[in-house]
Amino acid sequence: MSEPEPTEATPADAPADLSGETASEPTEASAGAVDAVSADAVTGDGADAVIVNLPGGGGGQESADEPSIDLFTPRTPVDDRWFDDDAGPVVRLFAMTRGRAARPVDDGLFDLISLVTAAGPAVVGPGGVPGNLALDPEHHAILALCREEPLSVAELGSYTDLPVSVVRVLLGDLHDAELISVTRPVQLAHQPDERLLRDVINGLRAL
Amino acid sequence: MASVHSDTAAPAPTSDGGPRSGPWGTRAVKILVAGGFGAGKTTLVGAVSEIRPLRTEEVLSERGRPVDDTVGVETKRTTTVAMDFGRIDLQPALALYLFGTPGQDRFWFVWDELARGALGAVVLADTRRLADSFPSVDYFEQRGIPFVVAVNCFEGTEVYAPDDVRAALDLPAAVPVLLCDARRKEDGKELLIRLVEHAAVRLGLRL
Repeated sequence: MSEPEPTEATPADAPADLSGETASEPTEASAGAVDAVSADAVTGDGADAVIVNLPGGGGGQESADEPSIDLFTPRTPVDDRWFDDDAGPVVRLFAMTRGRAARPVDDGLFDLISLVTAAGPAVVGPGGVPGNLALDPEHHAILALCREEPLSVAELGSYTDLPVSVVRVLLGDLHDAELISVTRPVQLAHQPDERLLRDVINGLRAL
Repeated sequence: MASVHSDTAAPAPTSDGGPRSGPWGTRAVKILVAGGFGAGKTTLVGAVSEIRPLRTEEVLSERGRPVDDTVGVETKRTTTVAMDFGRIDLQPALALYLFGTPGQDRFWFVWDELARGALGAVVLADTRRLADSFPSVDYFEQRGIPFVVAVNCFEGTEVYAPDDVRAALDLPAAVPVLLCDARRKEDGKELLIRLVEHAAVRLGLRL
């Protein structure tokens, strides 16, 4: 993910009129570094602070009297250039979910270790789905993965290389269309299960 | 919002089995592996299971906002969180999932989801940076999630007695503190067994 940046761009994105003050930073490099990231950083309207974007890609520091300089935290992908897979999928995630944000997880239906099994017919033809759901390739990919054996939501995310939040939206579609069955995990705090724990320990010992 | 999600309907869909009654009676439990940056979380997960990457995209919540300072980057409303996870098949229909928690504090909101329903947690500690494990210990203590502390004995570091580590972390006597080499599968197994035993005691079960 983290492509090392050229050394001359490592210092802060400085406002252009201050680049002379940062001795280690050639003017050209400074100009080159003023890209999308520094557009966030230049909020201090010419104050005499070198503004460094915060770790975590949070963007610029608002108040000029509190300059934040953090040279020790690794840069985050926000200010890196993106190559290949880092540039993201060809089909943008919001397109895949048709703009829908992740469904609320509080109902626990799609817990990370909820187990999902394809429940419908092996081949879903056009128009053959309840609720007129038009299945996308990602829907099909999920169904194919969990047809043979139950897979957790986490595994489906990993195998499809999709964020879990997106997988949850797609699983919601499949669930609404009754194409999957879902098993929620045991909530041990509410229903302690002696046999389950004993099986876990015995299984671990046998590894 | 193109479709009506099933979470808007009050009763749980009948196609879902209750816990443990799902396809082929498959059961799933999860254990978290926490600890400071570089404490060996990924190593431990990889030592006992086949490790896989997992990511999620989360809309920045109010809780995440103070640390995810989006001033100046108003268009960035989601953040990507990467985690490790692994699966151990303990029985034909019993899977143990391990999740390495994302290291940065700004991802607490992911921890909440990971921790829900977790059997327990292993907190990895590096005696050179013991303070790095404080947040994890605090987190699990506050939420009443059973945990063990595993001191990862890095080569060339001084070996401390578990009781010294317990005192330094101000842990109750009931919390197991173990020494381990996170690279060794046998150590990982032992840690997990001790954790499940500890969790059983906490749940009032006799195995």
